[in-house]
This record gives sequence, C-alpha cells and structure tokens, in this order.
Amino acid sequence: MSQIQLKEISKVYADGYEAVKKVSMDIADGEFMILVGPSGCGKSTLLRMIVGLEDITSGDLMIDGKRVNELAPRERNLSMVFQNYALYPHLSVYENIAFPLRLNKGGISDEEVKKRVGDAAEMLELNDHLERKPANLSGGQRQRVAMGRAIVRDADAFLFDEPLSNLDAKLRGQMRTEIARMQRRLGVTTVYVTHDQTEAMTLGDRVTVLKKGVVQQIASPRELYEQPVNLFVAGFIGSPPMNFLPARVEDRSLRLPFCEVPFGEEFADKVKGKDLVIVGLRPEFVKDAEIQDPVPGAVEFEADVDVTEWLGNELYAYIPFESDEAVRAKLDELDRDLDGEGMRTQMVVNLEARSRVREGERARFFFDPKLMHVFDPENGDNLTRNEEEAKRIAAESEEDRKRALERAKRKEAEAPA
Amino acid sequence: MDATPKQKWSLFAVSIPVMLWTLIPLFWIFSLAVKPSSIQADGKYVPREITWDNFRLILTGGASDLFLPALRNSIIVCLLATLISVVLAMFCAYAIARLDFPGKKMILLVALGVSFFPVISLVTPLFDLWRNIGLFDTIPGLVIPYLSLTLPLSIWVLSAFFQQIPWEMEQAAQVDGATSWQAFRKVIVPLAAPGVFTTAIITFFTAWNDFVFAISLTSDNARTVPAALAFFTGASQFEQPTGAISAAAVIVTIPVVILVLIFQKRIVAGLTSGAVKG
Repeated sequence: MSQIQLKEISKVYADGYEAVKKVSMDIADGEFMILVGPSGCGKSTLLRMIVGLEDITSGDLMIDGKRVNELAPRERNLSMVFQNYALYPHLSVYENIAFPLRLNKGGISDEEVKKRVGDAAEMLELNDHLERKPANLSGGQRQRVAMGRAIVRDADAFLFDEPLSNLDAKLRGQMRTEIARMQRRLGVTTVYVTHDQTEAMTLGDRVTVLKKGVVQQIASPRELYEQPVNLFVAGFIGSPPMNFLPARVEDRSLRLPFCEVPFGEEFADKVKGKDLVIVGLRPEFVKDAEIQDPVPGAVEFEADVDVTEWLGNELYAYIPFESDEAVRAKLDELDRDLDGEGMRTQMVVNLEARSRVREGERARFFFDPKLMHVFDPENGDNLTRNEEEAKRIAAESEEDRKRALERAKRKEAEAPA
Repeated sequence: MDATPKQKWSLFAVSIPVMLWTLIPLFWIFSLAVKPSSIQADGKYVPREITWDNFRLILTGGASDLFLPALRNSIIVCLLATLISVVLAMFCAYAIARLDFPGKKMILLVALGVSFFPVISLVTPLFDLWRNIGLFDTIPGLVIPYLSLTLPLSIWVLSAFFQQIPWEMEQAAQVDGATSWQAFRKVIVPLAAPGVFTTAIITFFTAWNDFVFAISLTSDNARTVPAALAFFTGASQFEQPTGAISAAAVIVTIPVVILVLIFQKRIVAGLTSGAVKG
C-alpha cells in the first residue's frame, strides 16, 4: 500500500538521448496506473526508473512521501513482473516464488514461507506445478509464476513491464482479467506498462499516454476516449483508430471530404482565423442510414465504399478520400508517431453487422456532429475538448475506483481467513 | 532433438572407430601394467599371464617412496590450482560480462595472447626467479604457473557463459530484494554452473597432466606424479621400469575418469532454457 509520486522526472542517456522528459504524475494508493504509448516512447524506461533499475537523471521519485531516487531496487520494496518473466531456471516453481522470502534474512520461518507460497499458488492456480522447473511450463504458467513471485511478499507496489506481450491472443485475454481480479483483490498500487491499447483501456483506473518521452494525457480510459486532449491521444486510443479528415473552415460550416457540417456561434470562436482544421471521427460514430433513422441534427452523406470486412458482430467499411495537401504532412507525421505504415487516406466506419453496405457500392451514412472532434492542424490540440465534461468523467471514475477497492476490501474481510 | 533409431545406430557405427582409436593405447598401458616383467617385451597386446606385482611395487614396495608422495603432491597442487583459478576466473569473467570499463577488450586480448606462449619459454626464467625467492620445489611454486596457464582459457569460457545469462535474471533478483552479491551467488553462479564445471575440469586436467613445470620447478618436496614417473628405475639396472610406470599411469588415470563420469551431466549446457519465454 503506498502512493507513488513522480516530479519532473527526466532520463538522459550517456549518448545524450533524452528518453523521458519531465514526467510528473501522482499514483494514488491502490490505483491501477497504465503507461502506454508506441514503441520508443519511454514507458519502459520510466517503469525501470521507478523500480530502480535505471538511474534518474533529474527530478524526484517519492514513495509515500519519501524521496527514493538514490535507493537500490531492493530497498524500495516494489515487485516487478518482467516482459520475459525472468524466472530462475535452476529453481523449482515453489523456490521461484519463495525466492524473495528466502532473501529476507532471518525474518521468515520455513512454515511462513510455505504458507505464503501456498497462498500465492492457490490464487494463481499453480498448486499442481510447484515441483516443476520453469523450462517445463507453458507460457501462461510461466507468466503466473512470475506473478506469484511478485505477490508473495508484501510489496508496496506492483510493476508490470508488458507482461502479456509474449502470450497468444486467447491467453492474453484470460491473463488480463486475471491481473485485474488480482489487483482489485489485493488492492495494491500497480503500474503497468503496455503498448496494447486494449490492455490500457480495460485494466487501468487511469492511463498515461506517452509520446517520445513526453506525457500527453493522464486520465481515465473513458476520458481518453471521449475527451482526448490532442490528435496523438485521439489517434492512439480506440480500435479501429479514429478517422482524421481534413476540413475547410467556411463561414458557418466545416467542409469535409464527403459533406458539410454546420456549426454554431460558440464553435466559431474556436476556429477563428483558421481556414483548415482536422476533424476526428470515430468509426463507431458513423451509422448506416439505410437501417437506422438519423438522429436529430445528424449530418448525412453519400460515399463510395471501397472494401468491407464482415466480422460477425460488426462490419467495417473503408471509404477512400482525397487528403488535403495542407494537412497531409501533419497526418503523415501522426501516422509515423503511431507506428503506422503510412497507408492510403481512407475512412473506416464500424457499422452494424446487419448493414447491407457492400464493397464497390455507393451508400448513405450519417453521424452526429456533436460527437466529432476538431483538432488544430498546427499543434494538434483538441479544440472541441469539454473541460467540464472531462472533470465530471474524472470524478466519476475516481468514485468508481474507490467503490471497487472498498468492495474488494469488504470481500477480503468477509472471506474466511 | 530426438534421434530416430536408425540415426542412433548410424551414430553408433561412426563412433566405433573413434572409440577404438582412443581406447587401444589405454588398454595397451593396462596390459603392460599387468604383465610380469619377464614377458614385458614379448610383443603381445593381450598378456598371457596377469600379475599385480607392478601395482604392489609402486604402492607398497620399493617405488612407493617415490610414487605416494608424488601422488599426494599432485592432488594438492591440482585441487589448489583448480579452486583458485575457478574463483578468480569467475570474478574476472563476471566483471567482463557485466561491466563496461576501459581496457576490457585489452584484458581479453592479453589473456588470449598469454595462452599462446609456449610453456617451455617460461620455464627457464621461472626456474631462476623461483630459486631466488624461495618458491622452488614448493607447492605454491607449482600452483602459480598453473594459474597463469589456465586462467586465460577459464576467463574466456566463463565470460562467454555469463554473457549468455539474460541481464533480467539479475535485475529480477535485485528487485526481489537481493544484494548484488546474493544475486551473483544465488542466481548467476548456479546458472553458469556448466561453465564453472567445464573450466574446473579443464584446469584440473592441465595441472594434472603437466610435465614441463613439474620436472623443472621441483626437486624432492613438491614433485608431482608425471615428473616422478621419470625417476622410476627398474628392479636392477638391467631391467626397464616399464611395468611400474604403466601401473602408475593406470592409477593416475583413475581420478580423471571418475571426474569426467561425475561431471559429464553438469557440463551439458543449456541450463538457461526456460528462464525466458520459450
């Protein structure tokens, strides 16, 4: 149990490369914090600085209000699950889990070790494998042993470094829920690094989105999805990713590649002096006008569908469009930042599975302009972000988190010891 | 890799000539050791008569004064040299594998260069030096040259082993609460065990079989078996000591065979499999 505070933490490597730039964040007691970003964004470096495997170049790292910058990893009382598990191959599963306890000089009796390892093994369903060597375990079992080693001692916080990236898709889903359950049950502060946005969205109480060592936004998954602060966060969160369309600002409307969206007085101020903006539209906000009546105020348009993908529960339709030269560079840069392939300009829409839209045909769509984001093409800022709404979502998620923790604690207390 | 029965048999067939090639001289020595002295030179590979006289001669008889102290010296010198060499090489190799310090390449290259030196070129200066500083004919006087002989190879082998061990092993141990020393002792050394045993055996053999240093740097007090064999004499001046020498050779081969049998399983590398994702 503890809170972790990062104050303007930076990391500069010996060759002058600045991997992490002035990152500040507060991780509350019992909170599940996710660090997410494309490869090379400094998320793993940040985690390794917290655990003490990497020196902090500048800034303060506080655990429970105490500065721990200079402490060795073993003095910080954090436990970590490594990406490749780092199990000790010469020790049995039992001894692997017991390893941190055995290091505790004189403190823990053999019976206590046995009990604690037993508890951890029980929780992770490893009881049948305690005598085996890591080499004889499957990927998921190894992963669980690594987690067992982390939870067996009373660490102040758990740190995970992409723990699921070596598992296949099905197992990854299972382990994800397992981690979520475990964290709630133990109520231990957790920092979790991933590049997978599904993990980020499903596991985290709050998510920190990093880009090139700079924090973009720290917020609950819902706020990231609904109120992203900039183009990068908007493009990173959500799958399939948000569509970015160039839009000409006209007198009282935005001219998009397929349609024209009128806007009101309030919005006019925000785009004043700009003649070009980037409109962000999530694939799921676009509907098929044939099977659904447009909501009031909806914008309707017709477009040629290039390719469709039917997935059973939904249908993706791809609509190509001509990108505006003026925003081309910006969108290409964004694509590179997001580890993209520099693909063709097209809009993806996520329709209901019963939609009859087929490839090569012209179809009618509509979307609610209220759900649309508008970004400044110069600096990528979100012009339509609603601060009040964002605050409300943040307060709500914080409340949810506290309730969940409390519930877990109550359950723990009720459970026969 | 599991070989099919057919592959196994063909491997077996290929290994037969190799086995014969290496075993024939060994049997020859054994046959000489058990032949009575009267038929030593009969030119027969398989002895017509078997006698244990030669063994009796060197263990309890006239040659035991020469052989038994030499055997004791050999054991002490080799164990000491092996122990010191392995410990030193382990620390040195660990530093080379883990730390980045100026002159790292230099150390490795010098170590390699040293091992190229012909042993005989070192003997004369060492003989002079040892006599002057009182190391001549002492046990340390032999252990030290053996260290210089075996350390380079040990360092190379061990640093290769240490480099194979993922960094994360150690970092995990540190996060789990281990000091650097604990991480080294409880994680790194067990993982490098195959390397440690390999270097230990190489060192032991080098020291055990050495003749040049043993004959040049010792006299009566610290003479080891290979050197002592050269001083064997026959029962009379008209008899060759072939039988006694062969018997002694058989006896000194026994510890080597035992060592290999004990450690052959430990030498199998690949212990690290399963540490990281499969």
